[in-house]
Amino acid sequence: MATFFGEVVAAPSRAGMDDDEEEAAAVEREETPEDREIRRELEKKREVHILWSSKLSASTGSFTDEQFPCSKFILAIGHNAVAFLSSFVLNSGCWEAVGSVKLWNEWCRTSNTTSVLPTDAFCLFYKLISDPTVFLCQCNCYVAEDQQFQWLEKVFGCMREEDLQVTILSTCPVTDYKTPESTLTLPSPFLKALKTKEFKETVSCPLLEQPNIVQGLPSAVLSYCQVWQIPAVLYQCYTDVIKLDTVTIEAFKPVLSSKNLKSLVKDMSKSTEILKKLVTTNEIHNNIYT
Amino acid sequence: MFVPCGSSAPPDFEDFTLLLPAVSVGNIGQLAVDLVIFTLDMPKVGYFYTDCLVPMVGNNPYATAEENSTELSINAEVYSLPSKKLVVLQIRSPFVKNKYRSFCQTLLSWVKSSRCSKVILLSSSHAYQRDDQQLHGTPLRCLLSPAIQKSAGDLMQRLNWKEMEKVTAYPGVNDADMVLRIPGGGITTLLFNESCSNGIQMAVLLKFCSEGDNIPDALALLNYLNEWLQLIKSEQNSDAPATPSQWKIPHSWRLLFGSGLPPALF
Repeated sequence: MATFFGEVVAAPSRAGMDDDEEEAAAVEREETPEDREIRRELEKKREVHILWSSKLSASTGSFTDEQFPCSKFILAIGHNAVAFLSSFVLNSGCWEAVGSVKLWNEWCRTSNTTSVLPTDAFCLFYKLISDPTVFLCQCNCYVAEDQQFQWLEKVFGCMREEDLQVTILSTCPVTDYKTPESTLTLPSPFLKALKTKEFKETVSCPLLEQPNIVQGLPSAVLSYCQVWQIPAVLYQCYTDVIKLDTVTIEAFKPVLSSKNLKSLVKDMSKSTEILKKLVTTNEIHNNIYT
Repeated sequence: MFVPCGSSAPPDFEDFTLLLPAVSVGNIGQLAVDLVIFTLDMPKVGYFYTDCLVPMVGNNPYATAEENSTELSINAEVYSLPSKKLVVLQIRSPFVKNKYRSFCQTLLSWVKSSRCSKVILLSSSHAYQRDDQQLHGTPLRCLLSPAIQKSAGDLMQRLNWKEMEKVTAYPGVNDADMVLRIPGGGITTLLFNESCSNGIQMAVLLKFCSEGDNIPDALALLNYLNEWLQLIKSEQNSDAPATPSQWKIPHSWRLLFGSGLPPALF
């Protein structure tokens, strides 16, 4: 913005810092029609869309109420958790991709297709062929703060809960872990769990101690389950490697013995091999010489 | 929206006082609310489930023993103590961008529907942005909406509380236009203005402070509140305000400044 005198004046940014937001809140600034238009367009662009494939409606029969029965929902958030499910669960049963999430934000955009490369940003849904009430979701894309609630409403809005049990797998940096000792001395990666009040099964690892907290999409899902009384457990892996890493992925192994995953894992002989392949594919893509 | 815990019927908050923090500089309001909940041992009665706050989860911050340490806590929870007619909303995370306005609306419509008699907002403001008149005397201030003025105005005068000063809107240009400005106070100004125009009984209690170790600030603000509400009584003299030592600090306040340091550093 420039004035008649030629100097440049910084206009309050619509993207907004906290101070700007406060300013806007304090001074009841009139929103111009242009402002409103831009805000609406941005909101529209940031909407979360869930696209279910025709296979899903075919298998669940009547799809008129746009809800399908769900007894187990396993959700992996982040590259390592996604790779864990790919190598230990998805390969051992017969799964088919039934849907994807299309979203756009400042960090990533996902497409509306279910055929993706392991290096793409995606959020996909799978269904167990032998039991169509078992769903699995792999989400390695960033879901922004303003999109998490929408994501929840739309995903859980499609589910008709039939003794639903939710399992969430996620990773975060070990430096986020609070302990009286130094985090340098901790043997990472390690697994900690959080569970909702309704979750009565045994948990495969120690529970997360106070004053530690979990943020992001995993916490949004767990909050939803706590409020609406759905049994849910979150396994959070604290790791010191941010990229895809075999040691971090294998840290999730204790979860395989949990009641919800046990029945889904049949053949683990190929798992390590698939895992190795996954990690190398990613390494090649991360290489500057590709 | 308010969602009660478990399957119990929604609790009745008629004529209750609602205490809540503004997410503001130094998190003083939130720290003070933690002290109230933990000291009075208030039971959780529900959640304030909204898309306006950044999600977060953790285990019970007010755990006292092994048994109650594994209860999940979320970003906005409601605690109630019918014996004192007090309901407390604790907010544990900041607002999602551009959602503060919709949060204020949701909150005020809940206040109306739950028929709480009054709302007390604990807040703070940047100490470095005080003007000359605000630098004098106590760093504690109060603000009363017109609706609460009748019932609490006299008491404020008796307690000798200082009202938050208005500042000139355009310093040096026009000294007649005075506005209420609470820098670093988050939604305080918006919530207060909305309450004034909606006839809601609201009192804002705030302290000027800077970021840092804000525990002493929280205790000061809480003792200020206690002068009015008498939530806890002093042991020596029942009329005197409580001393800071009587507020119990929850164990989750440990490691407020991060984990331990690597031993190799020394």
